[in-house]
Amino acid sequence: MANPWFLKGHTACAGCGCTIAIDEMLKAVGPDVVVVNATGCMEIVSSMYPSCNWNVPYLHSLFENVPAVASGVSRAFKALGKKGVVLGFSGDGGAYDIGFGALSGAMERNEDMMFVIYDNEAYMNTGVQRSGATPFHAATTTSPQEVAGKREWKKDMSFIAAAHRIPYVATANIGFPVDFKNKLKKAKEKKGFRLVTVYANCPIGWRHDSALTIDIAKKAVESGMWHLFEIEDGAFKRTYRPKQFIPLEEYLKPQGRFKHLTPDMVKEAQEHVNKTVAELDRLEGCKVDFKYLE
Amino acid sequence: MRKIIEGSIAVAHVVARCGVQVVAAYPITPSTHVPEELSRIQPEYGFEFIPVESEHSALSAIVGASVAGARTFTATASQGLALMNEVLHNASGMRLPLVMVVGNRALSAPLNIWNDWQDGISSRDTGWIQLYCKNNQEVIDTVIQAYKIAETISFPVMVGMDGFYLTHEITTIDLPEKEEISAFLPPFKPKQSLDVEKPLAFGTYMNPQYYMDAKAQQQKDMLAAAKTIEAVAAEFGKAFGRKQAALVEEYQSSDAERVIVTMGSLSENVEIAVDELRAKGERVGLVRIKCFRPFPAEALAKALGGKKAAVMEKDASYGYEGALATELKAALKTDVLGIVCGLGGRDVKLGDVKKVFEMLSRGEKGTVWL
Ligand SMILES: Cc1ncc(C[n+]2csc(CCOP(=O)(O)OP(=O)(O)O)c2C)c(N)n1
Ligand code: SF4
Ligand SMILES: [Mg+2]
Repeated sequence: MANPWFLKGHTACAGCGCTIAIDEMLKAVGPDVVVVNATGCMEIVSSMYPSCNWNVPYLHSLFENVPAVASGVSRAFKALGKKGVVLGFSGDGGAYDIGFGALSGAMERNEDMMFVIYDNEAYMNTGVQRSGATPFHAATTTSPQEVAGKREWKKDMSFIAAAHRIPYVATANIGFPVDFKNKLKKAKEKKGFRLVTVYANCPIGWRHDSALTIDIAKKAVESGMWHLFEIEDGAFKRTYRPKQFIPLEEYLKPQGRFKHLTPDMVKEAQEHVNKTVAELDRLEGCKVDFKYLE
Repeated sequence: MRKIIEGSIAVAHVVARCGVQVVAAYPITPSTHVPEELSRIQPEYGFEFIPVESEHSALSAIVGASVAGARTFTATASQGLALMNEVLHNASGMRLPLVMVVGNRALSAPLNIWNDWQDGISSRDTGWIQLYCKNNQEVIDTVIQAYKIAETISFPVMVGMDGFYLTHEITTIDLPEKEEISAFLPPFKPKQSLDVEKPLAFGTYMNPQYYMDAKAQQQKDMLAAAKTIEAVAAEFGKAFGRKQAALVEEYQSSDAERVIVTMGSLSENVEIAVDELRAKGERVGLVRIKCFRPFPAEALAKALGGKKAAVMEKDASYGYEGALATELKAALKTDVLGIVCGLGGRDVKLGDVKKVFEMLSRGEKGTVWL
């Protein structure tokens, strides 16, 4: 279905999950949104002068300053009485790493905006370098297989965000478009800072068949590598939990970035995933009053 | 209304009276009093105040606010201005009419909170108009003009205000009323802005076939900005009854044999030295650069042609000489005596200024660190 707010003709690679995220996002929240986009793959493939695929007001400033720029837009709209929901849009590198201070500041001030992080788990635009969102073991050009991939676990953005006491934090996945759209629609109706982090493949960086994008995205959730939840005013709830998780190996196998994993490493990763699932099961239905956790 | 007031506090009030709509700022000595006062008077004026978590974000936030169509403001100094650097380029490249006051201060290391111009001079090539003021009346008048200049030609303007010497000086200032200012400065009407009724894209990537054209246009317009700066100063002078310096200001220089060129509050010291030496019959003068960018090469050549000139500056381009000296030599197509002084707030005394005039009589050349 054609998207009137994100026009065709972008230059992303075949099977890019991130443009799917944009497509789903704008279908859910268009047209009365104002997008502030970070430098990164999605900016480059969608807004190279003189063409532009965004059929909503669109501003690109720099890599790490989207939360601050969007704060300014949001406050100006308030001061001028202008209509429109401000929507910050950034890659994982822009949000988890270099723009983390700006993001934390905007969340702490509870600026009135939606913020969507498309998480392709590395710096793709500069050639697949590791980010704070790169998962354990994954090979990137700065965590190569020569050193057995990334040595650190993925930074947990959602819980860090929730500790800022913002009204809405959610995770989503392009393989679950209805869930993603529901969360965006819910976020759009709220006031204050609303963060949605969406899993979005990069077949180039992850080295998988471009036809497998949605299949792999689904397997991320079915295996427990990615979780679909929301934290609404501190209350944690999963929006989907597989009854039976598939073996992690089924998720890792089709991706070149995990090719170097030995059976021991797979086992280690599987154990980690099992523990994460157990931890989230324990949290199910819990409400943390972050207000009192100073 | 004439008032005894601290420079920074006066800046906050004049910005509010200019009808600013969004302010974002981060504290740093010696410009901190500006955002403090703005946050205090915010409820009275109704503008948005964003207490951001860094200077990088302060400038980024007003970039966003400006593209959204608001009149904006921020103030910073030193490390703050350095931290803003990539956003400075971004704002001027997007041709945003931002106004920022810089409480000029030294850069670390060694850490130092006192006045010099290294922060502003190091931001020389960022595409911002840079105006340096000699006293707080001029700071106030220049802030008002800065909005008019910025919004007329779509350029960001930096107003230099010497740290402590001006930011903390308490003096009598004629602080124009809101009504007087709005008669001179109409509401900000951006040619285009973020608007859901009319979706436009801002700040997009440009490949080589377009990028250089955009930059050439920026350069052409920046050079032409001198005319606007002069016109706005003249208009301001008429409207407020105070004569304004635009690009350069000459003091006793027309018949002078020896002239000191400088900027900022140091100019007032030089004026005193000139008066004292003139009283003894020495033909000395001062040429003050108010507008550092665009660089007023022509005006300087006219003011200094055939005279012995020394430049006193509170900055250095490490590995060469003072930045002003280099520029002045190029503008005059002749040698000048370079004096690097006052770094990190080292006092430049009346005697130092007189010494420079003596060095000029002796025909000294090169660069001297006072
Ligand atoms: C200050 C700064 N440092 C580095 C870069 C180079 N750079 C541009 S995009 C990018 C990575 C973007 O990663 P991410 O945010 O994850 O987006 P992706 O490209 O993966 O979609 C980097 C490092 C930059 N533009 N600005
Ligand atoms: S490199 Fe990856 S993220 Fe970037 S456009 Fe290609 S597939 Fe998408
Ligand atoms: Mg990325």
